[in-house]
Amino acid sequence: MTFLFYIFAALALIGGIGVVVNRNPVSAAFAMIVSFLGLAALFIQLDAYLVGILQILVYAGAIMVLFVFIIMLLDVEEEEKRRFPIIGITSSFGVAIAFTLLVSVILKRSEIGAKPLPKLAEVSGPGSSDVHRIGEMLFSQYWFPIQIVGVLLLVATVGVIVLSKKELR
Amino acid sequence: MEWQIIIAATIKIIVFVFLTTLPLVAMSVWAERRVSAAIQDRVGPNRVGPFGLLQAVADGIKFLLKEDFTPNHVRKGYFWLAPALVMVPALMTCAVLPFGSKLFGEKMVIADLDVGPLFVFAVASLSVYGIVLAGWASNSKYPFLGGVRSTSQMISYEISLGLSIVPLLMIYGELNLGSIVQYQAENGWALLPLWGEGLSAKGWILAVPVFVSFIIFMTSMFAETNRLPFDLPECETELVAGYHTEYSSMKFALFFLGEYAAMIIGSGLAVTLFLGGWSLPFGWLTPESTEAAVPWWHGLIHIGTFFAKVIGLILFFIVIRWTLPRFRYDQLMRLGWVFFFEIALFNVVLTALLLWWLS
Amino acid sequence: MAIVVKRPKLKLWEQLYLPAIAKGMRVTLGHFFKIVSGKKKVTMQYPEEKWDEHLPEHYRGAPALVTDEQDRERCVACQLCEFICPPRAITIKPEEIPSDDQWAKVEKRPKAFDIDMIRCIYCGLCEEVCPEQAIFLRKDYAITGTSREEMVHDKEKLYEIGGVRVGLVNKWNELK
Repeated sequence: MTFLFYIFAALALIGGIGVVVNRNPVSAAFAMIVSFLGLAALFIQLDAYLVGILQILVYAGAIMVLFVFIIMLLDVEEEEKRRFPIIGITSSFGVAIAFTLLVSVILKRSEIGAKPLPKLAEVSGPGSSDVHRIGEMLFSQYWFPIQIVGVLLLVATVGVIVLSKKELR
Repeated sequence: MEWQIIIAATIKIIVFVFLTTLPLVAMSVWAERRVSAAIQDRVGPNRVGPFGLLQAVADGIKFLLKEDFTPNHVRKGYFWLAPALVMVPALMTCAVLPFGSKLFGEKMVIADLDVGPLFVFAVASLSVYGIVLAGWASNSKYPFLGGVRSTSQMISYEISLGLSIVPLLMIYGELNLGSIVQYQAENGWALLPLWGEGLSAKGWILAVPVFVSFIIFMTSMFAETNRLPFDLPECETELVAGYHTEYSSMKFALFFLGEYAAMIIGSGLAVTLFLGGWSLPFGWLTPESTEAAVPWWHGLIHIGTFFAKVIGLILFFIVIRWTLPRFRYDQLMRLGWVFFFEIALFNVVLTALLLWWLS
Repeated sequence: MAIVVKRPKLKLWEQLYLPAIAKGMRVTLGHFFKIVSGKKKVTMQYPEEKWDEHLPEHYRGAPALVTDEQDRERCVACQLCEFICPPRAITIKPEEIPSDDQWAKVEKRPKAFDIDMIRCIYCGLCEEVCPEQAIFLRKDYAITGTSREEMVHDKEKLYEIGGVRVGLVNKWNELK
């Protein structure tokens, strides 16, 4: 099934390039969704069903919908007229090349890929899916960080409400 | 081995999606017209074929032969993409629904995933893009308003939809739809615990949160599929036809059929989660386990049971449509956010407490 | 003056909304089963079943010309109907009756009498205005054709629909 990997990896990459290149914000947003779908397929190929599904459910299905929603309500014409400055293009290419170099150096020096990892299905053992494993971990080992993150999100939500209410007055 | 799996999956996809679900979509359009006619003391389409059963074919031919008109002011690429984006996710969700137990040693589900309900919600949440795109790409005011309404409606009700099934998943302790149905076949349907373990006091107490879940789930399903009484994205008195105002011919038909396909899949999910999927009442003809061998005629009966239940729920959808008037938009949002969200959350806590108390 | 309509205060049972749905479904399903079981019948299967014998006397269908008991066409081509016709559906070409004709005394008759049935609105003004009781609205309602030309009723067709009508020429006799 290697060819499926190449198809979905290409899909994710094409989507990523589309996000950067597209002048129209809505097109860029849709390219991002395509990229997310490719990523989700890659996760599922690694037997990480829950992560892959959550990638679609949360990012493509909820967050990007809100993005598209907001972009649609804004005036997109102005963004289309704006031109890319040459300095911006060259510097972004520089950053991209530097990042690629960094990643390749790190990958070469690290142990990843030196020996094949066991399949996720074998790790989790028979009778329990990755959903069970992740759930148990979240509610035992990582319950405190989860609570902290929850409180953080709550604070952010309350903050947004306060800010938007102020504007109304 | 791998090729055998692929061939089996292809056969299942062709049989269940293209030879069963799609004709069911067409037939449900016919059923909608006949039932609505009977409710309004009319006759309905009864000319084409016996009882007008071939009306669906005639409609399909009509849609294909009509002029496919693209207005000049639309954003063409997205305008053409949108109808497909409504139809495809609706059909993709078929993949995890167990249509039956087993037939000739083959499980009657296209993809036996361990994250069944999540997959359905994930893919169904993608169908909102079709409507958003249709509204935005049409580049005119009514479709746009319809698209905006639909987006906010679907996002709002996805939350209560997702939360409403959490109590069930807590009771089953399982995310695999096939195992959920097997559990219900042995221990009584979630809504009807009349046999097996369900006949105890525990089963009856747990039926209370399940019933609340069922009501929230069904109502949210109506909102998700844009059916009356929640069809605000396309309500004709305010928005002409909502997001598909600018569409004609087969493109319009795809929107139309996508709505019915979503309805069928929603009914399928409701049947699987609440009404025991393919299992017969009182545990008749129940296989030993999900892996046990099933005689072929049992398998056929199970498939028939599943589709009978789905058709029953579709008829329920249709009767509700011709019974209730349309909600106002603020009422819809209030219902979603103020009532269902809270009730669903409370229901989760209640189920957790009950499970803890009963164990 | 604005009237304040008091909202009815709903009991908890009513606020649940579910009993109301059940009640509504009882009504709709009642209609459904009555129709499906054939206990009640409201509509007709049109081309097979028709309501023609129940059409009232004052029914206004297609306008038509009539001949009298002596087989003479009653129309004297006065063109009043042509003038009164709101959608201008009627076109009349009058002609003089030759002096050697049996009815030379009448002086005028229509050479051509066309009613465009696409335009006709079945208002009946032509019937009302006709001093000779020559044009009547009959009970024909299914007027079809595959072209615009076919939908124009000429004199021949109008007499075919109209037939013979025997009686007083003076329509409002009792008033005179």
